[in-house]
Amino acid sequence: MRKLFASLTVLGAALSGAPAAIAAGLGQPVEWQMNLQQAATPVMEFIRDFHNGLLILTTVICLVVAGLLIWVCVKFNAKANPVASRTTHNTLVEVIWTVVPIIILIGIAIPSFRLLYLQRDFPAPEMTIKAIGNQWFWSYEYPEHDVSFDQYLKTKAELKDGEPYLLATDTEVVVPVNKIVRVIVTANDVLHSWTIPSFGSKIDAVPGRLNETWFKAEKEGIYYGQCSELCGKDHAFMPTSIRVVSEDEYNTWLATAKTAGVEQAQQQLATILKTKGKLALGAAGASAN
Amino acid sequence: MAHATAAHDDHDHNPSGWKRYVYSTNHKDIGTMYLWFAIFSGLVGGFMSIMMRWELMEPGIQIFHGLAHMVYGIGDSSADAIDAGKNMFNVFVTAHGLLMIFFMVMPAMIGGFGNWFVPLMIGAPDMAFPRMNNISFWLLPPALILLVTSMFVEGSSGTFGVGGGWTLYPPYSTSGQPGPAVDMAILSMHLAGASSILGAINFITTIFNMRAPGMTMHKMPLFVWSILVTVFMLLLSLPVFAGAITMLLTDRNFGTSFFRPEGGGDPILYQHLFWFFAHPEVYILILPGFGMVSQIIATFSKKPVFGYLGMAYAMVAIGLVGFIVWAHHMYTVGMAADTQAYFVAATMVIAVPTGVKIFSWIATMWGGSIEFRTPMLWAIGFIFLFTVGGVTGVVLANAGVDRSLHDTYYVVAHFHYVLSLGAVFSIFGGWYYWFPKMFGYMYNSTLARAHFWIQFIGVNLLFFPQHFLGLAGMPRRYIDYPEVFAGWNFVSSIGSYISAFSILIFLWCIVEAFMKKRVAGDNPWGESATTLEWTLSSPPPFHQFSTLPVIR
Repeated sequence: MRKLFASLTVLGAALSGAPAAIAAGLGQPVEWQMNLQQAATPVMEFIRDFHNGLLILTTVICLVVAGLLIWVCVKFNAKANPVASRTTHNTLVEVIWTVVPIIILIGIAIPSFRLLYLQRDFPAPEMTIKAIGNQWFWSYEYPEHDVSFDQYLKTKAELKDGEPYLLATDTEVVVPVNKIVRVIVTANDVLHSWTIPSFGSKIDAVPGRLNETWFKAEKEGIYYGQCSELCGKDHAFMPTSIRVVSEDEYNTWLATAKTAGVEQAQQQLATILKTKGKLALGAAGASAN
Repeated sequence: MAHATAAHDDHDHNPSGWKRYVYSTNHKDIGTMYLWFAIFSGLVGGFMSIMMRWELMEPGIQIFHGLAHMVYGIGDSSADAIDAGKNMFNVFVTAHGLLMIFFMVMPAMIGGFGNWFVPLMIGAPDMAFPRMNNISFWLLPPALILLVTSMFVEGSSGTFGVGGGWTLYPPYSTSGQPGPAVDMAILSMHLAGASSILGAINFITTIFNMRAPGMTMHKMPLFVWSILVTVFMLLLSLPVFAGAITMLLTDRNFGTSFFRPEGGGDPILYQHLFWFFAHPEVYILILPGFGMVSQIIATFSKKPVFGYLGMAYAMVAIGLVGFIVWAHHMYTVGMAADTQAYFVAATMVIAVPTGVKIFSWIATMWGGSIEFRTPMLWAIGFIFLFTVGGVTGVVLANAGVDRSLHDTYYVVAHFHYVLSLGAVFSIFGGWYYWFPKMFGYMYNSTLARAHFWIQFIGVNLLFFPQHFLGLAGMPRRYIDYPEVFAGWNFVSSIGSYISAFSILIFLWCIVEAFMKKRVAGDNPWGESATTLEWTLSSPPPFHQFSTLPVIR
C-alpha cells in the first residue's frame, strides 16, 4: 500500500507539471499547458502549492474509487461469484467512510482558509491603480498621479515582436516590481471581471460598486489576463496587460506619462527595455525560469 | 383508497388518437411524452454544442459568421457577419445551457422517469392530480417555443437572441440587451418554472398519500426517495427564481431598480437570488440520477442496496445543505473574507454525504453477483465519472483556488463531468433499464453497449482536456482564444464529434427496437429486480393496481 501511495505521489507530481515545457508560462499560457500559470506573486505561489496538493489528493481519491470498481467487477462478477451475499450493513466501514472524508476535508480547510485570508486581508498598499471595465475594453487610472488611459486589444496587424494575439493590448499598465499594488475595479456598463492569472487575482467589475484586490509582483515581465465575466459580443476580445518593471523604469515611465502622455511614455519604456534585453521578459517562458 | 378505485372505473374507456396525448391524464402517457420531449430538446441542445465545438476546434472564427449569415441574412460586409457571429455564439452558449437544464435533464428525470415509475414503484394507480400532471407537461412546449423563438428576435441592439449565458446576469440582461428576446426567455423560464412547481406539488402529494398498504416511507425504493427530495427542492427554490426573473422583467420594462445601480439597486442581489435557486437546481439535476443508479446497481449486483437508510438520508442531507452553499458561485464578486470562509466550509460538507453514496454503491456491488447488462455499464460509468466531477468540485469549493479557476474552462469541465457525464449517464442507464418495461420491446444490446463505450470515450476526450485549458487560464464562453490553447481545444472538439456519433447509435437503437419488436417479457432482468413495476406486464396496462398491492 505504501508503495502504491509513493507511485501515486510521483504520478501526481508529474501531472502537476514537472516537464519544463508544460511548467513554463509566466504571465501567459503556453502550448499544451496542463497546470496553472507560473506565479509572480506570493498569493499565486500559495495557490499553485495548494492546488498541486489538492491535485495529488484528488488523483489518489479517483484512483482508489476506480481501483475499487475494477476490483468488485473482477471479484464479484456473476461468473466469479454466482451466489450473491445478502450483506447490507457494516457499521465499521460506514463509520470509516464518513469519518475519513471529514478528516480529509478539515485537512483541506486549514490551508484553504489561510490562502483565502491572504487574498482578502489587504496589506497596506504602496500604490493604487483603478481598472474600469467597458464594452469592450479596459480603462485604467492612476488616481495618485492623474494618469489615465484606455486599453484595447491589438489587432493581428498591430502585433509585433511575437506578441500573442488576443492577449496583447495597445497600451500597457506599468507597475514597479516588489510593490504592494491595490487594484480598484469597477465597470461602466455591464459586468466584467478583471484577472491576471499569474498574480492569482480575479475580481468582478460591477457597475455601481468599487471592488478591490491587490498584488505584489516579484518578477519583472509582461502579464496578460482576459475578461472573465460574459459581457457581450466582444467578451473574448478585451484582454488586459500589466508590465512589471524596476522602480527606476517605472518612475521614468510615470514622469513621461504625466508630462507627455501615455503613448510617449510607452515608446520610451519599450526603448529602454529593448536596450536592456528585457522587452520579451516573461514571453513564452523564455526567460521565466 | 376506495374512492380512487371507483374513480378509476369511470375511465375504463381509453382515449385514442391525438386525444390520448393532448388530453392525457395518464401518468405513463405523460411520462412518455416527457421523454420524447427531452430527447427532442437534447438533440437541439446537442446540435448547438457541436456547433460550438466545431467553432472552437481552431483559433479564429470558423463558422459562426457563416451561420449568422445563413440564419439572419447578415453579411453584407464581412465585419457585420463576424459581429453577428460573435453574438450568435453567445446565444448558442445561453440556449445550450437553458435547453439542457430545463428542457432535457429535468423533463427526462422528473417528468419522464418520475411520472412513469413513482406511481408504479409505490403501488399507486396514477399520480394524485392527473389533470395537473397534464398541464405540467403541456406548459413545456410553449416554454420551449418561446425560448427558441427568442433566438430570432432582437436582443442587444442590432443583434438577435439572448446572449448573456443561462444565468441571465444583469445589467447585461437588462440595459445590455434592450430587445424583446430577453423578455421572451424570461417568460419561457416562468412557464418552465410553473410546470416544475405544479409537478413538484403533484409528486409530493402522490408520495405522501398514495403509497400502497405496507409501503412505509422506509420501504420506498431509493428512486422514489430521490424524486421526493428533488421535488421538495424544486418547490422551495423555484419561487425564488421566479421572483428574481420577474424583477428582471420589471427592471427591463417598468422602470424599477431592483438590480440597477443608478436607481439604488444592486446587480449582485440578482446573483444571490439566482444562485439561491440555481445551486439547489444543480442537485435537482443529479438526485434522480442517484436514485436510478441505486436501482440499477442493486438489480444487477443481485443484492439489496447497501445501507438503505444511509443512502436515503444522504440524499435528504444533500438536499438540505444544498440550500446554504449558493454563494460559492460568487467568490469573485467581492464578498467579505468571512462570508467566503463560511461558504467554503458549508460547501465542503456536501462531500461527506456524497462520499457515503459513492462508497455505498461500491459496497452494494461488493459480494454481489454482478451481471454487466447495458444499464449496469452506464451505472458503473456514472460512479466513476461522477467521482471525477466530484473531486474537482471539492477543488473549486476552496475560494482561494477558485480565484484562479472561476469562469475558466475548469468550471466547464467540472459541471459537465457531474451533469453531462453524471446526470446524462444516469438518464441513459434509466432509459436502458426501463425501456423494455415502458415499451414492451427489448433493444439490441450490442448497439446499446456500442453506444455506451463510444460515448464514454467521446465525453472523456471532450471534457477532460478542458481541465487543462481552465488551469492554464482560458476563460469560458469565448468564441476565440489565443493560439496556445489550440491543442487541447482540438482534442476536445474531436471528443465532441465522437459523442455526437454515439447519439446517432442511441437513436438507431430506439428505431431498431421498435422495428424488430423483440418481446421483452414482464421482467427481463430476473428476480433481483424487486420493485413493483416488474410485477406488471410490459408495457404495463393503461391503468394498473386497481386492486392495491400489499407490501409485506
